[in-house]
Amino acid sequence: MKLKMRYIERRLAHAILLLIGASVLSFLFSSLAPGSFFDEMKLNPQISPETVAALRAQYGLDQPLPLRYFHWVKSVLRGEWGYSFAYNQPVRSLLMVRARNTLLLTTLAMALAWLIAVPVGVWAASRRGKWEDQLTSASTSLLLSVPELVLALGLLYLVIRTHALPVGGMVSSVFDRLGLWGRMGDLAAHLIVPVITLVLASLPILIRHVRASMIEVLHAPFIQAARGHGISRTRLLFRYALPAAANPLISLFGFSVAGLLSGSLLVEVITGWPGLGPLLLEACFSRDFYVVVGVVMASTMFMILGSLLADVMLLVVDPRVRMDHP
Amino acid sequence: MTSNRKIAAAVIFLLALHLAILLAGFVAPYPPAAQNRDFPYVPPTRLHFVDARGHLHVRPFIYQYVARPDSLYEYTEARDREYPVHFFVQGSEYKIAGWLSSHTHLFGVDAPAQIFLAGTDNYGRDQFSRILFGGQISLAAGLLATAISLLLGVCVGCLSGFYGGWIDESAMRLAELFLVLPWLYVLLAVRAFLPLHLSPAQTFLLLVAVIGTIGWARPARLVRGIVLSAKSRKYVTASRGFGASDAYILRRHVLPHTYGTLLTQAAVLVPQYVVAEVTLSFFGLGLSEPMPSWGNLLANLQQYNVLVSYWWMFAPAIALVLVSFGYLIVANAFHQRLQSGSI
Repeated sequence: MKLKMRYIERRLAHAILLLIGASVLSFLFSSLAPGSFFDEMKLNPQISPETVAALRAQYGLDQPLPLRYFHWVKSVLRGEWGYSFAYNQPVRSLLMVRARNTLLLTTLAMALAWLIAVPVGVWAASRRGKWEDQLTSASTSLLLSVPELVLALGLLYLVIRTHALPVGGMVSSVFDRLGLWGRMGDLAAHLIVPVITLVLASLPILIRHVRASMIEVLHAPFIQAARGHGISRTRLLFRYALPAAANPLISLFGFSVAGLLSGSLLVEVITGWPGLGPLLLEACFSRDFYVVVGVVMASTMFMILGSLLADVMLLVVDPRVRMDHP
Repeated sequence: MTSNRKIAAAVIFLLALHLAILLAGFVAPYPPAAQNRDFPYVPPTRLHFVDARGHLHVRPFIYQYVARPDSLYEYTEARDREYPVHFFVQGSEYKIAGWLSSHTHLFGVDAPAQIFLAGTDNYGRDQFSRILFGGQISLAAGLLATAISLLLGVCVGCLSGFYGGWIDESAMRLAELFLVLPWLYVLLAVRAFLPLHLSPAQTFLLLVAVIGTIGWARPARLVRGIVLSAKSRKYVTASRGFGASDAYILRRHVLPHTYGTLLTQAAVLVPQYVVAEVTLSFFGLGLSEPMPSWGNLLANLQQYNVLVSYWWMFAPAIALVLVSFGYLIVANAFHQRLQSGSI
């Protein structure tokens, strides 16, 4: 138990270092930038240059980079995460809602993708070289070469043409007047397009990895032995082989969070889901610097959460890891 | 099909695609910016083989599209006159790769008819031509950014793996950071800090530089691993004993081991970076009109009525999928060969 705690402590320290690294990197990049939020105002004849300079001073944009970083860290510790110029409020209040929406979308998509990928991958591995396996690998190749952007647009087109589902946003305009079940249904209807896009986009990679690690395990002598004992096929695959193949898959789970977040950004923008993606895009256009940094930090935290979760799962599932990491 | 045949087929397919895009001026019937304000959103021209009298034509022909009276953007075929499709016709002047100028186009029809294989956009510009010309921009962005990533990867990976110590330690920590962050977030964040309004050429170079630089980490890690294993070989020790310099050893004995991996990485990265350019331009953060790129061609679909009514505006997506598919097959084949140790 004590060993486990030390391991988790080390992971936490690593996570904090990662967050610091990401924020320093963001600030360094920002120092390369020639413009700022208030530069657009300079073009406006009704705003005097003095006002712009005063605003810059008020938000601390005239200070040198290290000082600005220091102030930002202080504001993070206060729980404000900097200040949004465009929304005129602390970044954190903006981020919380958006991050919750993104989290809802990505968690659902991830759960669904794994639920589909594991059985399909196991099945393809068990039928290795047969037509079922070839069909699976052909369809994963095909899916892999359709970018998320195209997937999302295509699905949106289908949905709009068939009038099957509401399009755009997270809830309908009548949401507030609905009962609890009505609200759930409305939310679910809005979730379908973005979730299906994300699932389709992440499936091929997951299926390929499940198949590959299962094939490796199916060659192992203990599987031959189990087969020799007359254990049924399904039981053999899911009870014996799958746990042995789980290790690389759990690591993949940690890595796949990054891809999922990137995909989610795109899908959110296209389907109008009010998550971190549209917020980041708007902030890019209006040069709302602290919002950009905030969103990058939020996505980094999701990543860290994902890999932390993967580590804990590994710790639980694989006894070898507990030995390797004292 | 044997794996060799498969690779050959995929490579030939990719080469043909690249060649068609390189020779866009010749393959495309019209210049990318030529507008027909009277013909916005014309659907793709249909090729006919059987005429109104039921005669079969060997040479395909088309009918001219005319706007349906009192309708908005609806067209019918004027069946009174047939326009056969001719090959190697004379048309507007173009330049191939910036220097070879010519008037000959692969195909075309007689005036006043026009052939729009993939329909037209809101200015009545021929989408087929724009996809080909846009491909030049998108593919060039992908290829150049890949070159930057691989170059950075080789430099950092070699230094890191060959010299080790604090260089290795700090470079690999930084690489970890880049690998762990979701690439699209980083891409947008970096783009956010760079100027929005630039000349097209500047935007293009900036985009390529940003996309290529962000992707340095994976190739660097891979190269480092290969360098680490290569530098402990006996022939490296031997050559050092003969007084070879570090540069010589790297060039002669270490780098050749990385070629297979670099080739595979290139095949993986090019489509990714093409998609990166397309994504940024789609969002309006990349190349903008009038320069065509697959991203800003697809950006038309952001308008609700275009997405719903004009399905042929999806045509650039097909080009994008074809390129991704070709590279994917090649990358898979390279990867398999690499693992069996024959590159």
